Amino acid sequence: MSKTITIDGKVIPFEEGQTIMDAAMAAGVYIPHLCHQPEFTPHGSCKLCTVKVNGRNCSACTFPAADGQDVLNHTEELIEDRKKITQMLFVEGNHFCPSCEKTGNCQLQAVAYHLNMLDNHFPLFYPDREVDASHDEVMVDHNRCIFCTLCVRASHEKDGKDVFAISGRGIHKHLIVNAESGLLKDTDVAATDQAAHICPTGAILIKRTGYQVPIGQRIYDHQQIDQVSLATEHPKHGE
Amino acid sequence: MANKIRVATTSLAGCFGCHMSFLDIDERMLQLAEVVEFDRSPITDIEHCTNCDIGLIEGGVCNSENVHVLREFRNNCKILVAVGACAINGGLPAMRNHIPLEECLNEAYLDGIGVENPKIPSDIELPLLLDQVHPIHEIVKIDYYLPGCPPSADVFWKFLTDLIEGREPSLPYELVHYD
Repeated sequence: MSKTITIDGKVIPFEEGQTIMDAAMAAGVYIPHLCHQPEFTPHGSCKLCTVKVNGRNCSACTFPAADGQDVLNHTEELIEDRKKITQMLFVEGNHFCPSCEKTGNCQLQAVAYHLNMLDNHFPLFYPDREVDASHDEVMVDHNRCIFCTLCVRASHEKDGKDVFAISGRGIHKHLIVNAESGLLKDTDVAATDQAAHICPTGAILIKRTGYQVPIGQRIYDHQQIDQVSLATEHPKHGE
Repeated sequence: MANKIRVATTSLAGCFGCHMSFLDIDERMLQLAEVVEFDRSPITDIEHCTNCDIGLIEGGVCNSENVHVLREFRNNCKILVAVGACAINGGLPAMRNHIPLEECLNEAYLDGIGVENPKIPSDIELPLLLDQVHPIHEIVKIDYYLPGCPPSADVFWKFLTDLIEGREPSLPYELVHYD
């Protein structure tokens, strides 16, 4: 007999080695996430996928599924926790959607929309962060980085380049690039790299492409991230 | 009609874009006027608000006058609403938060391209600038938030009709935008 967990009472089968996130997404159950992409090693840093497993909070993207687990996902308490986490992500950086070319295609914004986040709740940090526009084709706007490390993992695991890394701790944590000058132009990053396309926010952008699709016709302008995520990350559940 | 709902509006460190968007409710303004009476607002030119039910605040707080106006609204409005990106997170004006105030003033009034008769305005009537622009929830308690740059006319309509008809205001997915 195959092994199962329950998520919000629904029985979900899983295979040995799958995480709760893997099992949920394969069964068409969306668990909000930003730092997770199924093709990369899970990192468990954004905490948006926090679920309650047998009464304890765990990150669904890193926690292994085990037979008989009772998982709570879509509860009022967890939705409220996720909204607070998203608000913290917003106030820690400088996320000014009206002046960001990623607006409408941004997963951070889309998760916030999905959670019906209408305000920031916390005082804003307005941290001083740099923009690195030195490279001909790719730019990094550190104001919008949420340290999900997707670019770090993509560059290492897919592009085989190690262009990006995270340095510093706590509030001093920041994204660095693999060049003595600290500038993107002196790395071997290319616009064709997966790392240049994986950013869930507007922190890593391909130059001269930002407004090819008008605002109002973008991914999340009419579709919620749960539908998009299930359709693109686990296509068999898409429309 | 007696006992109309009293609404006050103002733009602090904003561009009046939210007010323009509010006016985009077009002919629905007539329906609104049957149950709503405007107090202090750019629409009426009333200078101070008194005993209002709803206060709509556009823009963040960038100078001392903004703080006074915001507090007047909080003291006189039962329900205070942050309208638009700038009221919620400081918005475009808050992008000066990374530049020392003196540098901003020098650029605008002394060293900027095309400046004539360079002089930093210092008239005693002018409100003093704050060193940083702040969202309004950092100054007073805010009851509701309408995101958007600007929030669409439908956001204003949905929110106000919810309130007026006694429902807890809520915005469906299609009406929530930060851009």
